[in-house]
Amino acid sequence: MGDESYKGYKGKALDALKNFDALVWSDVVVDTGKAKYKGIILPRSETADQFHVVLKLRSGYNIGVLADSIKDIQINGRKEAHYKIPEKAFPYDPVKPNVKLLGTGGTIASRLDYRTGAVIPAFTPGELYGSVPELADICNLETEKLYGVFSENMAPEQWIGTAIAIGKEIEKGVQGIVVGHGTDTMHHTAAALSFMVQNSPVPIVMVGSQRSSDRPSSDAALNLMHSVKTAAESDIAEVLVCMFGPTSDEYGLLHRGTRVRKMHSSYRSTFRTIGEIPVAMVSRDKITPLRTDYKQRRSDKMVKINTAFEEKVSIVYYYPNMKPDIIDSLIDNGYKGIVIAGTGLGHVNKPLYPALKRAQEKNIAVYMTVQTLWGYVQMYVYDTGRDMMELGVIPTANMLPEVAYIKLGWALGQTNDLELVKKIMLTPINGEITEREPSNGYLIYQGGIPEVEEFISKHRK
Amino acid sequence: MTDEDYKTVGFKSGLEIHQQLLTEKKLFCRCPAGKYNHRFDAEILRHMRPTLSELGEYDGTALMEFKTKKDIIYHINRETVCTYEMDDTPPFEINDQALDIALEIGMLYRCSIIDEIHIARKQYLDGSIPTGFQRTSITSVDGIVPYKDREIEIIQLSIEEDSCREVSDYGHKRVYIADRLGMPLIETVTAPDMKNPNEVAEVGKILSNIVKSTGKVRTGAGAAREDVNVSVTGGTRIEIKGVPSLKRIPLLTYNEAMRQWNLLRLREELKKRNITSDTFESHTFDITRILRKTKYQPIANSLQEEKIINAVILRGFKGLLNWQTQTETYFSKEISDRVRVIACLSNLPNIIHSDSTSETISIAEWQKVKKAISAKDEDTVVIVWGSEMDVHTATKEIAIRAKEAAIGVPSETRQALKDGTTGFERILPGPDRMYPDTDLPPKRITTDRIERIKANLPEYYWEREKWYKELKVPADLIEPLAISKLAGLFKHAVTELGIDAKLAAKVLIQYPKRLRKMKVEFDSIDEEVMLALLRAYKQCLISKEGILYAMHDAIKYGVFDLDNLPPPIDEKDIPHVIQYTYAELNRKSLHKKENIGKVLCGMVMNKVRGRVDGTFVSKAVSKFIKELK
Repeated sequence: MGDESYKGYKGKALDALKNFDALVWSDVVVDTGKAKYKGIILPRSETADQFHVVLKLRSGYNIGVLADSIKDIQINGRKEAHYKIPEKAFPYDPVKPNVKLLGTGGTIASRLDYRTGAVIPAFTPGELYGSVPELADICNLETEKLYGVFSENMAPEQWIGTAIAIGKEIEKGVQGIVVGHGTDTMHHTAAALSFMVQNSPVPIVMVGSQRSSDRPSSDAALNLMHSVKTAAESDIAEVLVCMFGPTSDEYGLLHRGTRVRKMHSSYRSTFRTIGEIPVAMVSRDKITPLRTDYKQRRSDKMVKINTAFEEKVSIVYYYPNMKPDIIDSLIDNGYKGIVIAGTGLGHVNKPLYPALKRAQEKNIAVYMTVQTLWGYVQMYVYDTGRDMMELGVIPTANMLPEVAYIKLGWALGQTNDLELVKKIMLTPINGEITEREPSNGYLIYQGGIPEVEEFISKHRK
Repeated sequence: MTDEDYKTVGFKSGLEIHQQLLTEKKLFCRCPAGKYNHRFDAEILRHMRPTLSELGEYDGTALMEFKTKKDIIYHINRETVCTYEMDDTPPFEINDQALDIALEIGMLYRCSIIDEIHIARKQYLDGSIPTGFQRTSITSVDGIVPYKDREIEIIQLSIEEDSCREVSDYGHKRVYIADRLGMPLIETVTAPDMKNPNEVAEVGKILSNIVKSTGKVRTGAGAAREDVNVSVTGGTRIEIKGVPSLKRIPLLTYNEAMRQWNLLRLREELKKRNITSDTFESHTFDITRILRKTKYQPIANSLQEEKIINAVILRGFKGLLNWQTQTETYFSKEISDRVRVIACLSNLPNIIHSDSTSETISIAEWQKVKKAISAKDEDTVVIVWGSEMDVHTATKEIAIRAKEAAIGVPSETRQALKDGTTGFERILPGPDRMYPDTDLPPKRITTDRIERIKANLPEYYWEREKWYKELKVPADLIEPLAISKLAGLFKHAVTELGIDAKLAAKVLIQYPKRLRKMKVEFDSIDEEVMLALLRAYKQCLISKEGILYAMHDAIKYGVFDLDNLPPPIDEKDIPHVIQYTYAELNRKSLHKKENIGKVLCGMVMNKVRGRVDGTFVSKAVSKFIKELK
């Protein structure tokens, strides 16, 4: 009997099921002597214990029955779940723009996994728009599943593959590209694509969801509509992240791929532009630009794809009393680049200096960012900053730590010449370093203050 | 109707009782439970979309709600709602205090306790929960409660989070306030074992008494809500939702049984006319141009806002929209309800029909319409108006509901209306709306936990009642005391402190009522304080009369302090008090000499109230007056 027949069961629960030849999906009556339960035997999550058998009762509720207490299992039939959204052919309209949806995984395309009891990325983008028919009002949509991985498993291999796939689509002449992605590391991938895909003639819109699409109040459908609309209709030819503006189902924000960050572990409106304002707002009806300095859509296909990447790069989040062995271990393990997220204006403690000196001697590129996220690195204000620059630590202005990490990998992938790396690092490609922070680029309002409360009471959260 | 009549129609009814639990915090987050506010600080807008069930099917209700395309607005207050209720933070672990109470009540129903509970998501696309589902879990199954000479089966008991309170629902906008959302409650489901409307109410009362007797459930308005399932032979299980009081159950169930019976007779009539679900025929027409000059106000008003008018012919239905379904309610209401709920045409009347005898559009207009759409004499025409999108939904629903008449009684949940009739609320959801909650792992109910709860299980309230009768507790106090959370204290007072049962019952049941009349909130008093107070009485530190005053003070000052109270007076000293009070009285001039007894008694009482028995004072004053004369 293969694993599938008793999916997820082990130990005592497996013994009990085998004892009565009760396979998963059997329609059964389980008798414990004290109670009789009528229902269907479900697979069990592999992380759950070995003592219980899971039943779906007639009422639709699931329960766990203690395997030791089972006196008899009477088998009356079998009902296996077929969890599949009816897939419909997407209607083609020659007048509508063609948009390509590239899938990489994440909660925008997810379903239940019996093995772990959690959600896994398993909807094909095809099934996905079967559940969001509104997309057909906007464009002709083609989809391609590049990867099916959780956000945290996205790595250089996937960034490179996605960049190449985007290049091919632009060659073919699509009017816009949407990339479905898990939200946790969406800003890393957004930065990677910003560097690897340059001079795109069309919008490249990254989208995900904070509530999986198996929930009635999921943000997936609306995010998808917003992103597809942006890809099809907007004239912003940049790598953008398109996610909820407020937590309400109202509008999305289009964030520049190099200035965006996930700022809350679970809120729908988790993505925020840091140190700048977003590029535009998008609703189901319209796209409203908030700035004018974006790259315009073009009709050529002159995209530049540069997928170089050096994996031996690390990011070090400084904390008080950090010991030099942290830096030393990176040096000893052959790392070629280190991004430090320093305190305040970009500082670390003195005991780290010898290790930084070693790094300099070993020709390792060391760059400084700020863990405050907002604001510039400024290493001239205090002596410690100046000392560190002596040791070869290069400030990165207001580049976000994650963005600096991606850019350093990309730069070191192209050359080992640290002067050249420095030039690449400090020459902004699309807003990762800005000359000025506008006065509305840092707005974290505090609840409780009367005028803030007044604002909240007047505008939907 | 007699029991015999109910037997003839095959009346069957079961209950689903929702009861809030008395916990400090909510079920899946740490917001305070039981705090309500009408003020709100912020608003959230959401839309709901149907999703597949675990077994890969769509639920009928979910699809219906999606047709309505509602904007759902939540009013939230930061004191009672956190990011969990807003569905912006995953759930925290289940509230153990609430789970213990649910398990305790399951044991009182003699249920089997589930070994390992699984949290499920029950879809609610009406928006009453911002996630679009309610987190719920079965904690026990297969119980019984005794009723008359038989037993009523308890199918299951689940623990779940309460939903939002609806503020308004008009057109495409529904507003909820989120303070109640997430409060722990239990749902008890009985088998359809009740055979007439009175039995439903009586069993409801027993279940309610059992849960109250634990002292661990909320009481008061909205703390318990009943859903009543009703069916007749050949009919369908209909769920009447949210009945706020047990007293209303008999009339509602009577009307619902009548409705089902009449719908079955309507099906017979349709059969006679050769209309079945296969032969049913209806057609829709745009008649905006024909009626654009009508003087019929509801339509004329609507046309000013560039709306459209459609007519639906129901072939062979002549007269049937006037078919009686409930008391003073007709089949046309079934159609109008659907149009209101699903097509969001909330302004009534939302339809008119050719069977109607009341004045609508003119006779000439009716004739013009009928001619234009080729309606025959044996047909019925239904007219509906509004925005294009809503009218489109409405005409479909009109045809759907009319066709269902040829099939029987459609599965619905129905609202309990004030006049005792029921109105359409939504399509009855099925098991397809259940989905496992992937945010929380299953939880084992350990033997230790079960044993701990079992050891402290309260006696059944009917056993308490039997004992109270033996103790000669006044009849009107027996039931309230048996289901009171102070029943345990009563037992302690009588058996441990040796306090007279009648007095203890009076103090614990009547005095709180008297205090409430005095606008003193008894519920704020601690059981420990009450115990200290009764002990003080037993030790003669306060008099019988003084207990009420001591309670009053204890609530007012938050503590029970003997020093706040005057000590009791020995009855021997009373004649002396009367003597010097009389002296005071003599110095004043009395308006009516014959009232001297009353006035003197009042003045004496003012000096000794709460320190000595009032009847003793009154007798002593009478004796004193008599001796004067």
